[in-house]
Amino acid sequence: MYSQTVMDHFKNPRNVGEMKDADGVGEVGNPLCGDMMSLYIKVKGDVIDDVKFLTFGCGAAIAVSSMITEMAKGKTIEEAKKITNKSVADALEGLPKNKLHCSNLGADALHLAISDYERKRDGKPTPKAERVEPLEHDQDEHCYCPYCDADVTEGMEYCTACGKKVQGADFPVI
Amino acid sequence: MNIINLDHISGTPLAPEVQDAMINAIHKNYANPSSQHQLGDEAAEVLQKAREQVARLINSKLEKEVVFTSGGTESINHAIKGVALAKAEKGKHIVTSNIEHNAVLRSLRRLRMLEYQVTSVPVDEYGRVNPQEVAEAIRDDTILVTIMHSNNEIGTIQPIEEIGKITRERKILFHSDAVCSVGIVPIDVQKLNVDLLSFAANQYNGPAGMGGLYIRQGTGLWPLLDGGVQENNKRAGTENILGIIGMGVASELAARQMDRRIEQMRKLKETCIQGLNNRIDDIMINGHPEFSLPNLVSVSIKYIEGEGIVLMLDEQNIAVSTRSACAAGALQASHVLLSIGREFADAQGTLVVGFGAENTEADVDRFLDALKVAVDTLRSMSPLYRKAVENA
Repeated sequence: MYSQTVMDHFKNPRNVGEMKDADGVGEVGNPLCGDMMSLYIKVKGDVIDDVKFLTFGCGAAIAVSSMITEMAKGKTIEEAKKITNKSVADALEGLPKNKLHCSNLGADALHLAISDYERKRDGKPTPKAERVEPLEHDQDEHCYCPYCDADVTEGMEYCTACGKKVQGADFPVI
Repeated sequence: MNIINLDHISGTPLAPEVQDAMINAIHKNYANPSSQHQLGDEAAEVLQKAREQVARLINSKLEKEVVFTSGGTESINHAIKGVALAKAEKGKHIVTSNIEHNAVLRSLRRLRMLEYQVTSVPVDEYGRVNPQEVAEAIRDDTILVTIMHSNNEIGTIQPIEEIGKITRERKILFHSDAVCSVGIVPIDVQKLNVDLLSFAANQYNGPAGMGGLYIRQGTGLWPLLDGGVQENNKRAGTENILGIIGMGVASELAARQMDRRIEQMRKLKETCIQGLNNRIDDIMINGHPEFSLPNLVSVSIKYIEGEGIVLMLDEQNIAVSTRSACAAGALQASHVLLSIGREFADAQGTLVVGFGAENTEADVDRFLDALKVAVDTLRSMSPLYRKAVENA
């Protein structure tokens, strides 16, 4: 299921750990959807000198975390801001479709860490960061069922292809 | 190195006798059992023999009460949708439980699109349904109760006999998803008071793509497949004679070996649970301590995610299963684990170990060794573990 690069980063993750004296911290995700990431950066001048991460998540989540720390290390803040979830997924030789949301995790954590650093640098207070995982899609064109990728029309409560509820989480899952 | 397969709930290997029977059948080139000539008769005889083997496994009174299907999923769909559509005039209410398999849940969800109503009964922390609550859920317009015999994620076995007594009294059809039970633990459809029972061959060393639906004589339900009059006019389609032969042999073997197998599995399960409790901190064993499948262990491991464990164990040539949201391809945690009270994060870190005939104590030891390493590694990377350690 996973590319060789993903498996490499999962088996030999780079930059695992936390920083007690980080210049910027980005925390994203929640256990509801299965992944959580904390990313720490140390900045010297305008270069990201050191990066560390801690992740609770699947193979893809860990690989994304590892890869993004590798991509960010040694870059300037401005260069690091250009790293997107797509560039992480590409660097990993692609991710399975249902794991693409893991790549959002990495990019979001990095950008939050950078914002956190900039806020601290400029003397502004840091608000609590929280990423809410939506069940709806984030594609621009058409609506699709997040479980089976079939097209759904706006306002439809249940996906007619796989029967899952597509509007909001509910439990029990009848 | 050989792979240690501890994922027998997903499927089981074909027993050698099953393989032999199916290979012989391939060379025999059986004709269509419905044909009116001697070639057809020969095939029909073989079909009948297999049907008898299966009927004996579940103690069906008449062999024709056993209908061959393409697997557990088809059986469940047939039972639920068949009853719903046949009884629509009488009522459109169905009672089920919170921990049913997706085949049940999604069939019911499909029916909800046709305005059927479903009441789902909760389970206790061990995953057991309270028969009294089932009785209270039944209304005047209830046409079906569907409660699984055993759960595929946590192994809990339900009080089916008691529930069956209630449905008998109220004259309501009772279906049970026994896919994880038939061939593993004794199943007697007379004792269970069920009208419909779904099961699958690949759970007990028979071929995947073969299953059965027990339909008690006199049960009125629509077929899922319309066409010819095969399977006592209940399931059209030229029979999968190769699969059926395999399933028949597997059924006979299962009946013969059941007591010995249960004993073997129980020992492995005990060793496994003891080992888990002794060697890994912050875990929860899921399911009922007594009413539980002998071949299944479900363990929730705090602070880590399941797919990570599966990949690491795979590296060590050990195969297990997980029900984390990521691994299941869904975005939600397992409804079964949430129903027994697990937190979302703990549900994500749940492993399902399924023992098979070829597993040994040595396999369990190797699994525990590899698991400890994997858990320690993943916890060292986990922000949840870091927080827990700091707060301790």
